[in-house]
Amino acid sequence: MSDAPLIEIAQVFSILSLVSIGGANATLPEIQRQVVDVHGWMSDAGFADAFAISHAAPGPNIIMVSLIGWQVAGLAGLLVATLAIMVPSCTLAFIVSRTLSRWADHPAVSLIKAGLVPVALGLILASGVAMMRTADRGPLTIAIGLATAAFVVFSRRNPLWALGAGSALMVVAG
Amino acid sequence: MAAGHEGRDTVGKAELFLGFLKIGMLGFGGIAPWARHVIIEERRWLTEKEFAAILGIGQVLPGPNTMNAAVIIGDRFQGVPGVLLCLLGQMLVPLVIVTALGAAYLHFADVPAVQAAVVGAAAGAAGLVAGTALKMARNIRPRPLSLLITAGGFVAVGLLGWPLVPVVAVLVPLGIGAATLERRA
Repeated sequence: MSDAPLIEIAQVFSILSLVSIGGANATLPEIQRQVVDVHGWMSDAGFADAFAISHAAPGPNIIMVSLIGWQVAGLAGLLVATLAIMVPSCTLAFIVSRTLSRWADHPAVSLIKAGLVPVALGLILASGVAMMRTADRGPLTIAIGLATAAFVVFSRRNPLWALGAGSALMVVAG
Repeated sequence: MAAGHEGRDTVGKAELFLGFLKIGMLGFGGIAPWARHVIIEERRWLTEKEFAAILGIGQVLPGPNTMNAAVIIGDRFQGVPGVLLCLLGQMLVPLVIVTALGAAYLHFADVPAVQAAVVGAAAGAAGLVAGTALKMARNIRPRPLSLLITAGGFVAVGLLGWPLVPVVAVLVPLGIGAATLERRA
């Protein structure tokens, strides 16, 4: 593979960490630009593969960054990329968390929290639709998506059942 | 109903680690639905509203909303060690799996059954995320103005594909305004 220096990996992903509002899916175009166009660590096809693999694996979608680090510079690359993407944003979240809990009794804080609730709901719903658009391979995939959504809304059972069923259905039908 | 219960006052360190280990391990298609399932329905650490507010804070900060939520939840129950345990728990299994998958991928990507399974799981994951948002909305029952904010975010980002940052920048003040008016009413 390439001998991309770890310091560059650390720089690229720690800066991305601080601008990645909306997480991995929202930051995807910028990650691709840095990794493929600016630094040439991967080809477009290699990047698409990394994206697919990280979405087939469990865990936060940002794990794609760990995979990129691993493919570019081995285990050291994986560790450096993972820490670089996590530490800056997590530190900021920690500071905000402390600040909010210190002012928890202030009426403005509870209003801010209440005001964020509907925003979060709308954006989660939006990302479900955006994911559906990416996953759409015909009516059966749409049906699986809708059925899974209904399962989650109406059942308290572990959603893994619905996911497994959808996956199995696709294998049988395909 | 999940919305009715109270959140917990304390959650131990081992419990936090194991809970987030499970969230990370289950988290196909993104973490938020599984975090909600484990934290609200299974272990009842937080109320639906508390969880949504924490996710909302996580959403407006840079970084994945669920990772920011892990930081806030870890800090709330166990301070700095809690933060580290939640993050480690959430990342540990996915990191191992994703590297194993990466190593195996080149050998199995051409098998049709593997492709079909991945396509089916991706469709299910999309439904999972949408269903989670609908369920949270049902449990929280936003008042009309707040519901308008939710719909606005959904349409702008989900249907029109507008960039997230300006949408969030506009909706957050509107959301706070709506919360202020609805509290007064």
